[in-house]
Amino acid sequence: MEKQVTLQIDHHFITVPEGSTILEAAREIGIDIPTLCHIDLKGTCVKNNPASCRICVVEVEGRRNLAPACATRCTEGMKVHTSTLRVMNARKIVAELILSDHPNECLTCPKSGNCELQTLALRFNIREMPFNGGELSARKRETTSSIIRNMDKCIFCRRCESVCNDVQTVGAIGAIRRGFNTTIAPAFDKMMADSECTYCGQCVAVCPVGALTERDHTNRLLEDLANPQKTVIVQTAPAVRAALGEEFGMPPGTLVTGKMVYALRELGFDYVFDTDFAADLTIMEEGAEILNRLGRYLDGDTSVRLPILTSCCPAWVNFFEHQFPDLLDIPSTARSPQQMFGSVAKHVWAKKTGIPAEQLVVVSIMPCLAKKYECDREEFKPGGIPDVDYSITTRELARLIKRANIGFTLLPDAEFDNPMGASTGAGAIFGATGGVMEAALRTVYETYTGKALQKVDFEQVRGLEGVRHANIDLGGFELKVGIAHGLGNARHLLENVRNGRNEYHVIEIMACPGGCIGGGGQPLHHGNSSILYARANALYREDANKPLRKSHENPYIKELYEECLGKPLSEEAERLLHTHYFNKSIN
Amino acid sequence: MADNLPCNIIEQVQTICDKHGNNPGELINILHEAQHLMGYLPEEMQRVIARKLNIPVSKVYGVVTFYTFFTMTPKGKYPISVCMGTACYVRGSEKLLEEFKRLLGIEVGETTPDGKFSLDCLRCVGACGLAPVVMIGEKVYGRLQPIDVKKILDEFE
Amino acid sequence: MKIVSLNDLQQIKKKAEALLSLREASDKEAQEQACGLASGTTHMQVLICGGTGCKASSSHLIAENFNKLLQKYEISDKIDVITTGCFGFCEKGPIVKIIPDNTFYTQVTPDDVEEIVSKHIISGNKVERLLYVDPKNGQHVSDSKHMDFYRKQMRIALRNCGTIDPENIEEYIARDGYMALADCLLHKKPMEVIDLIKKSGLRGRGGGGFPTGLKWEFAHKQESDIKYVVCNADEGDPGAFMDRSIMEGDPHSIVEAMTVCGYSIGAPKGLVYIRAEYPLAIQRLRIAIKQAREYGLLGERIFGTDFSFDIEIRYGAGAFVCGEETALIHSMEGKRGEPTLKPPFPAESGYLGKPTNVNNVETFANIPIILTKGPEWFASIGTEKSKGTKVFALAGKINNVGLIEVPMGTTLREVIYDIGGGIKNGKKFKAVQTGGPSGGCLTEKHLDTPIDFDNLLAAGSMMGSGGMIVMDEDDCMVSVARFYLDFTVEESCGKCTPCRIGNKRLLELLNKITEGKATEKDLETLSTLGKVIKDTALCGLGQTSPNPVLSTLDNFYEEYAEHVRDHKCRAKQCKALLTYSINPDLCIGCHLCFKHCPANAIAGDIRKPHSINPDLCIKCGMCMARCKFKAISVC
Ligand SMILES: Cc1cc2nc3c(=O)[nH]c(=O)nc-3n(C[C@H](O)[C@H](O)[C@H](O)COP(=O)(O)O)c2cc1C
Ligand code: SF4
Ligand code: SF4
Ligand code: SF4
Ligand code: SF4
Ligand code: SF4
Ligand code: SF4
Ligand code: SF4
Ligand code: SF4
Ligand code: FES
Ligand code: FES
Ligand code: FES
Repeated sequence: MEKQVTLQIDHHFITVPEGSTILEAAREIGIDIPTLCHIDLKGTCVKNNPASCRICVVEVEGRRNLAPACATRCTEGMKVHTSTLRVMNARKIVAELILSDHPNECLTCPKSGNCELQTLALRFNIREMPFNGGELSARKRETTSSIIRNMDKCIFCRRCESVCNDVQTVGAIGAIRRGFNTTIAPAFDKMMADSECTYCGQCVAVCPVGALTERDHTNRLLEDLANPQKTVIVQTAPAVRAALGEEFGMPPGTLVTGKMVYALRELGFDYVFDTDFAADLTIMEEGAEILNRLGRYLDGDTSVRLPILTSCCPAWVNFFEHQFPDLLDIPSTARSPQQMFGSVAKHVWAKKTGIPAEQLVVVSIMPCLAKKYECDREEFKPGGIPDVDYSITTRELARLIKRANIGFTLLPDAEFDNPMGASTGAGAIFGATGGVMEAALRTVYETYTGKALQKVDFEQVRGLEGVRHANIDLGGFELKVGIAHGLGNARHLLENVRNGRNEYHVIEIMACPGGCIGGGGQPLHHGNSSILYARANALYREDANKPLRKSHENPYIKELYEECLGKPLSEEAERLLHTHYFNKSIN
Repeated sequence: MADNLPCNIIEQVQTICDKHGNNPGELINILHEAQHLMGYLPEEMQRVIARKLNIPVSKVYGVVTFYTFFTMTPKGKYPISVCMGTACYVRGSEKLLEEFKRLLGIEVGETTPDGKFSLDCLRCVGACGLAPVVMIGEKVYGRLQPIDVKKILDEFE
Repeated sequence: MKIVSLNDLQQIKKKAEALLSLREASDKEAQEQACGLASGTTHMQVLICGGTGCKASSSHLIAENFNKLLQKYEISDKIDVITTGCFGFCEKGPIVKIIPDNTFYTQVTPDDVEEIVSKHIISGNKVERLLYVDPKNGQHVSDSKHMDFYRKQMRIALRNCGTIDPENIEEYIARDGYMALADCLLHKKPMEVIDLIKKSGLRGRGGGGFPTGLKWEFAHKQESDIKYVVCNADEGDPGAFMDRSIMEGDPHSIVEAMTVCGYSIGAPKGLVYIRAEYPLAIQRLRIAIKQAREYGLLGERIFGTDFSFDIEIRYGAGAFVCGEETALIHSMEGKRGEPTLKPPFPAESGYLGKPTNVNNVETFANIPIILTKGPEWFASIGTEKSKGTKVFALAGKINNVGLIEVPMGTTLREVIYDIGGGIKNGKKFKAVQTGGPSGGCLTEKHLDTPIDFDNLLAAGSMMGSGGMIVMDEDDCMVSVARFYLDFTVEESCGKCTPCRIGNKRLLELLNKITEGKATEKDLETLSTLGKVIKDTALCGLGQTSPNPVLSTLDNFYEEYAEHVRDHKCRAKQCKALLTYSINPDLCIGCHLCFKHCPANAIAGDIRKPHSINPDLCIKCGMCMARCKFKAISVC
């Protein structure tokens, strides 16, 4: 048993494990001490605790100065006061100081209404700006294909720096200079676009203010929808349906697939398709690749490189292109589901339905910021026409629905359009870490052994543990699989591969903590990790409720291979569904 | 990459990193030695160091910009440092600084266009008995008045 | 030669004592008559200050000239030329001291050497013009012991500075050096050593005044595979230079003390974090470490015991905040020098996450002598709660700028008037700033306060590291506050809000005041904001940064009010509030000011009274400095 300590916070006595912070103890008894820089996504490695904003200060008896609740450990007999006049005055002045170096542009700020600083200003009843009129620190702005950086609004909480360096180990951005002009920036204060940034968007997901936000395409989308010349079709990623409801006050983990489809039709999309369909397709190709490499390996072909790595996450692709250019032949060459969908839509479905390429707009709804960048990659724009025109995030979709006065919670359920709306449970779980692996295992097992699975759930690969592994019995052959989410964990596995210490045949990697359910485009979790668990569970529920749960059983996938692709890894499949990687090392 | 370094400089930087076991914990010592090579730390040099130590270059840059001792701009042939330590301040170093700025036409941290002088402040060289103190290169000038500044600069003509 | 036993050490000590006996003997009976080869003295020594201050005035050339001349006269074998550390009296540097008659020459130039050699060393006559003149009676003083500057001092931490050759380990050994280490390693358990330090009452000299023995005990109690001893030699306080002088003048005392500390807490490794701006101190320290290794006083199995210890040097790179111990540790780890919240203290989790004991240079310098002379001796010096002595860097508007060491409890008046020789140019004392950017300004009414940690704190200032800057009537207290805040803003690491933005806003308010643009309300804001910054900042830098403002606001409110209300700066320092004008009755029209005005603000024909156009004048004061007829005034 951990040692416990008892302390007094305001008028409550509370006993907590030794090492708990005042903040944690206070939250347990419902005292909501305001915070700004602190974030601790419990159960994942996302944590930022610099104790630097000083918004959370409290009075501790016997201490000369105020103590930051987020980082001060509870001690036996401690007496804490969280709301004395001294405390409230200090918090307000600290907030006023932050605002004095902040462009107060809430009206046009993408974070407005969801901004932690704005909320504090409201809570502290700030009605004037006593310190305004001084110098503003020198910062930069930038728009990349995924992320908008407006560092004038940065409050220097350094959550993004922690995430990018400690969690993702990309180190694209970090603190530069010191004192008043300190800021977060890529090396040499250049642009993010010139850095090793993967566009995973995790920095955006944790930024409390409007300094880091997604590049918004909703206005562009509205124009396209309003244009009668254009056929606008949409695909929705699996993780979106598990999170969208949160934006409308529904409890985390509510599945809103049917309402989402209904709303998209209301918005005016001509066809509403499902990325899950493309996920099934991905499994067909990736599964075939796994079996192919594995087969050759077992036949004694020493030129085969193992492990094989999944490639459906574009941030992860960016990561290995930048950081592991020596390992470019290891990942699967299968495109991400988004791009498979786009390719099939523009080059197969459009032909079949007779929609001219220049009139067809393919939009994706993604939990992801890297997907915005992925649409922009040259190799996915054959002849200059992008396979996917652009991607919008779950948050943008929610904004659009609100703007269009659609009463989301009251909507009835609707069904996806066919053919590309049909999917199996395997496609659904793509959105959670381990999901791609589980989906692949279902297909690989049955193809390899020729036997039907007794139990389709591979619970060994589920969960939020940073690196997980399992040994799967493929009828005598032990397939060793590894799963990592978060790029730091991925780096760990890849460095082992690089140093010849690999122990796996197949590895799944997702850039975001939790996988796509924790993507950079999802409704903000504001540091509450129970939201991630709820979203993951929702996807596994969706899977469990599907009549078909294995990708190779998807009837429209079968049809697609029969009518056009032949079989997985065929020449046509390679052309439409596979890709190649580039050495992007810049340092 | 903005500026290309001569190969021998790159090699020297790499040797410095090797000497310190390519240990990221030695970054500051490495930067000290690397800055010694050219008098400043150009971008490419920082990239070489990042590569050798296997750390993001943003980290190196973050460290370089934190410490005033490190610089990314070449200094003048005669670097001038006016002591702004307290002892010198109360004996009038601010007025000295003003005079240097005025005569050289540059601000603190800048170098004259002809590359001859650069102007910086420093805090206490430990010769407070001579306050106010100015260093030009390695040479220390003590007990200066603003009217002496012109004479001193003329020494370097 | 390797020292492996106490006996070895004593042998060296005996041998080296001869070198020093001359200097020590002369200390006992001051000679009024000069010695010289002519009058039969057989062996003499020339001590030349090699501290940074004197080196800046070419003391190394003095040494060179001595060597040259002694060779020329073929008397090099009879005279030792020894470069020492700072004598403390930097104002009068470069200092040259002749042994055995203890003649203390001041402001010596390389050209004076000829005269000293021929007149004094050879013929035995003192060079009167190089002797110190007592400002009180105009008399020449030859022996430093009779100077007011030294009389009230008590040199414990500085015991060897200016006495020994810092580059010669044997001279250090001759002065009981490494005896404490030998005794600890051979005869005492770690906890016994710590108990002695605790008993002495020594408190940290780096600013905080934390009891050193307790700190060691805390580190001693930690369980860990490795621990570290760190010497904080960052000395960022602008205007303080005692740590530098100790390292330059007595580096072995640091090496010895760190090794003792390593033994006491169970650490095999020491690190010195030193400012890169201190090349001489770095060089001397390096030499000392090398010598200690050669003599087996660092390295494996010291004195044949199981204890091994070695020291590495790490360089600072120009960041004041790196003097703060957590920031210092990050800096040593190759990171940005940003502080982190304490606890955890370095003693639990410091360098590389391991237990680390951080002490200041001067703290360490006290350790060996406490152990050789006994804690009771040390505890008998000073006040009830502050034991021993404190070194101060006395500077500013004072006659005797220099490094002084006085027992705790000495009053400010004694320091300023007796040791410091009073205010320069007969001006009026206004304030003394102690504690650097963390401290405050003390006034007339504090002059009789005995100096110790607690009294200074109670008076609204701080001991800090020991900077002591004296100010006179020409200093504007608002400008002084602004100067310190300017420093803090520049040196803030930027991590926490109150310091990053709050201090900037404070500075802006002060600027407004010095420009005559502030209101009464701004004075109020200054004080409320300052208090909140103190209350909320993350590290010691921010927690103390408003002190210079708050203390001047307290003690000199009227002066602030004048700036705001009357747009007047009584010390005539705030440019924006000044007007230069020419008194036509005094001006003879010499045209000199006209020629030197950089702004072309002066008009007037030769031999006619000139005048200044206030709209063009940039208030540089150049004209006033030039005018030989005192026709120009400022108000
Ligand atoms: C901003 C700041 C600067 C400091 N600078 C120094 C310094 O230059 N030298 C020093 O010894 N201690 C400095 N300190 C104090 C150290 O943090 C630490 O307390 C000290 O080194 C401990 O040694 P001591 O117990 O021997 O005093 C500084 C503290 C702060 C907050
Ligand atoms: S970041 Fe927040 S406080 Fe700042 S402008 Fe945007 S919404 Fe307003
Ligand atoms: S909240 Fe105030 S500032 Fe914002 S839109 Fe409404 S009235 Fe205007
Ligand atoms: S998007 Fe990801 S990689 Fe890029 S800066 Fe943000 S956290 Fe780092
Ligand atoms: S960009 Fe956002 S997350 Fe990053 S430091 Fe600034 S406010 Fe924090
Ligand atoms: S894990 Fe999912 S949301 Fe995150 S970057 Fe990868 S694909 Fe995008
Ligand atoms: S108080 Fe200043 S120096 Fe200290 S952590 Fe905060 S910003 Fe950095
Ligand atoms: S103060 Fe300077 S600018 Fe003004 S008149 Fe005199 S010389 Fe000219
Ligand atoms: S220097 Fe003095 S005397 Fe000469 S013109 Fe100027 S004011 Fe008159
Ligand atoms: S939330 Fe505690 S200091 Fe920022
Ligand atoms: S303050 Fe200038 S030399 Fe010390
Ligand atoms: S430096 Fe020579 S006396 Fe101080």
